[in-house]
This record gives sequence, C-alpha cells and structure tokens, in this order.
Amino acid sequence: MKTHNLAVTLSMTNPVLIELKNASLGYKDSQQPILSDLNMRISKQRWTSILGRSGCGKTTLLRFLAGLLNDDLDWQGDMKSSLSGQLHQNVAYMAQQDLLMPWLNVMDNVCLSFKFGNLILSEKDKQKAVQLIDQVGLSNQRHHFPNQLSGGMRQRVALARTLMQNKPLVLMDEPFSALDAVTRYQLQNLSATLLQDKTVVLITHDPQEALRLADHIYLMLGSPSQTHSFPVPYGHAPRSLNGEIAELQQKLIEQLERDHVGN
Amino acid sequence: MLEINVLDATTEAHIAKKKKTIHPLLQGLLTACLLFGLWQLIVVVFAFPPFILPSPHAVMMKLILRIDVLLFHTWITTQEIVLGLILGLTMGLFFALQMLLFEPLKRWLLPILIASQAIPVFAIAPILMLWLGYGIASKVVMAALIIFFPVTTCCYDGLRSTPSGYIDLAKTMSASKWQTLRHIRLPAALPALASGIRVAVVVAPIGAVVGEWVGSSAGLGYLMLQANARMMIDEMFAALFILALFSITLYFITDRLLKRAIHWQL
Repeated sequence: MKTHNLAVTLSMTNPVLIELKNASLGYKDSQQPILSDLNMRISKQRWTSILGRSGCGKTTLLRFLAGLLNDDLDWQGDMKSSLSGQLHQNVAYMAQQDLLMPWLNVMDNVCLSFKFGNLILSEKDKQKAVQLIDQVGLSNQRHHFPNQLSGGMRQRVALARTLMQNKPLVLMDEPFSALDAVTRYQLQNLSATLLQDKTVVLITHDPQEALRLADHIYLMLGSPSQTHSFPVPYGHAPRSLNGEIAELQQKLIEQLERDHVGN
Repeated sequence: MLEINVLDATTEAHIAKKKKTIHPLLQGLLTACLLFGLWQLIVVVFAFPPFILPSPHAVMMKLILRIDVLLFHTWITTQEIVLGLILGLTMGLFFALQMLLFEPLKRWLLPILIASQAIPVFAIAPILMLWLGYGIASKVVMAALIIFFPVTTCCYDGLRSTPSGYIDLAKTMSASKWQTLRHIRLPAALPALASGIRVAVVVAPIGAVVGEWVGSSAGLGYLMLQANARMMIDEMFAALFILALFSITLYFITDRLLKRAIHWQL
C-alpha cells in the first residue's frame, strides 16, 4: 500500500489547476441535486479520472467545466482556477463520438477550431497540423474523408484536432468507449503520450482505463453523488496491466457494484 | 491449368453480364424502346385514329418537322422552370433561415408557409395572370410557389436537426452564432436540402406548365393547348415528349451534381 500513497503524493505535489469545494449541481426545478458535497482537485499537467455508474452526473460535471451546461441546471459552490480568463475558453473537448465533420477531410477537421473565434490559420499552423496527423499515424490519410476511415482512425483524428486546439485543459468524455479492445488500448497509449503536458479530465465507466491512465481517480457514489478519492497504481501512464492493477480493478468494481445495489 | 482458365472465363463473363444489366443509361433506353413498341402495337392492334392516339412514328415525324417551333417553346418553358427554381430555392432557404434564427418570427411565417401549399396552384393561377401578365413572370412565380413549401420544410428540418454534439464542439471552440451557422449548421443541412431540391426539380415544371395553360402566349404548355384545340394530337404528343425528356434530364443532372457536392452522403 505504500506505493499507492507515493503515487497520490506525487500527484498532489503538482500545482492545482482547478479546485472545487462544497459544490453542488442540480436542476433548477428540483430540490434534490444531482451532485452534492463535491470536493475535487484537478492538478496541473496530470490526468484526473472520474468514474461512476451511468446517470451519476459525471458527464454533467464535465459539461459544466466545458461551459456547455443548459440553462435549467444550477451550479453552487466554490471554484478556484489558476487559469487566465474564463474556464471554457481554456478547454478542448473530446467526446465519445469523434464528432468529425463529414464534409471536411482529415486535415480540415484537425484545423476545425481555426474557423471559429478570431483565429486565422497560418502556414505555421498548417505545418503543425501535418505534424500532428503524422503523430497519430495518419499521414497517408491526410486528404481522406471521415467516411473512408475506421472508428479507431476517426478517434485518432479527433485526438489530433484536440491537440491542435492547444488548450491547457482537455476534457474527455468516454472517448474510447466505442472502440474495440485492441484499438482502445492503442489509443489510450497514444493519448497518454501526446497529452503528457496537458491537464486532462477523463470521464469513463471502464475501471481499467482509469487505472491505466489516471494520476488521480475520483469515484462518484451515492445519490446525490459525492466524490471519493481512490488510490492509483504506481508508475507512469500508460501503465501495463499487472497484478496490482487487477487487484485495484477488483476493488473498484466492488465499490461501484455496492453503489448500483444501493440505488 | 485448363480448369482455372475456364473458371476465369466464367467469372469474367459473369462480371460482364452483371455490369451490362446494371448500366442505368442502357436500362433507360431499353425501357423507352419497350414502351414505344407497346405504344405502336396498341395503335396497330386497336386501329386508333391519329386524332385520338397518334403512332410513335407520326409523333417522331412531327418532332423532326416542327423542331424549330418546338425548340422555341421549349426555350421559353426552360427559362420559366430555371428562374422559378432559382426564385423558389432562394425564398425557401431564406424562409428556413429566418425561422431558425428568429424563433418568434416562426409563428408568423408558418401560416404563410402552410397557406402557400394549401391553396391549389390552379386556383391562384388566374390571379397571378391578372397581376403579372401573360408573360414569363407569372409562370416563374407559379413554379417558385409550387416548390416553396417542400424546399422550406426540408431546409428548415435540416438546419434544426444538426447533431447536438457538433454544436457542443463548436461552442467549446468559442464559435459565434454566425460561425456555427456558416461552418456547422449549413453544411450539416445540405443532405436534407438536397432532397428538397430533388423534389423541387421534379415539381417545378408542373408549376410552369399549369401557368402556361391558364394564360400565355408561348411555352410548351401553350403549344400543347393550341395543338389540342386544332386536333393536332401528334404535335401535342411531341411537345409532351420534349417536356418529359426535359424534366427527366433536369432531374438526373441535378441528382448527379448533388451527389458530387454531398459526397459524404452515400
């Protein structure tokens, strides 16, 4: 158990990017909040993973961070952020669906963010896009359209697009859940490598994924959901599957299962 | 070795056969030939007089002899259809955008939209003649009016049903309302708009010809009416033949262009 504590302390030593304290989140017309007593620290340049049963509000939390919350939802509580400017101007969002525009080719999809705001796509940016497409291993498919690519390739393009935005905070909502096991494994490794210097919040319902990639794990349990910290295995992400991960995975699943029974 | 060759030959023959039956142009020609043959057969067997049902041969002869007159009237009708399409599509797109962007306006525009479809074109045709004259303008408006509803509804539905994920993504990229419309909503609505355009291309000639029937001095509809009054049924059939050929060609050209423009939807 000593190793776990070490890993936890390691992640704690990094400066905190966002800190949520006593926060709660719920529908305006409902007394019962979805999330309450939310306490969470998102460390700079670390992966924070949030796990929970479906409907526990983890996606709602992510959408709050992305500035995508509907008007009928109410947020209360403290939020400290060391980011300059508003939070949602500092995020890049990667969803379960690749959300590639079918009318744009790979290159244009990667450069999508330059069509918005006041951004202008320079030659240097184009070179960067080409380099990113190379890094995700699609240099031969640069001019292909999304319908010519496999699911894994499409999610790679989405990863390159997210990296192209070059935002300090990357929000991921089960980005690999629709992929087959091998493709998922490969993409987890690739994301861990390419998103090394970013702060990542990863929502997942796959305990193994969280244990492979995260520097900090939060479980969302109960109703209304509350956050609980969970120890992470030793070593740098992406971790290979070993006995320790299997053991932790078992514990994680047991906790989540108890939560299922409780509801 | 021999066996393999035989196998190759049969597969090749099989593929060639498959290709031949699939080719759409040949298929269309074959259908046309078959219909003409059937037509000729009916004329011969039942001995219809030419003022009831002329033979395809007589119609073809008329087509060749009167080609200058027919082409002149075709040109008029073509102008009406194309201008009507441009006007109707522009109006439909404009209406759909207004309804999308200004939600309260929708309640005011919707009755106009439904009325445009609910009133039969035949009923307002005389009024349009009265207001816009016997020239080309009234037929253009008629064609535009008849395609206005399908275009507007298709376009509006397409603009409204943009996948919410696309909109979310654009929001996290700090897209403005206009940028989202320009780069996300409009291209995402193209497949829906395309089906509206396909319907419009088929229906617009009806509007133009109805307009010509009600009152005109030129156009294929006018020619058909005149030929009918003079019992020149072969000429009427020739005009009808050109009209059908024109509509079908217009549809296939449009379809081809749309498929090329919306290459991701196949």
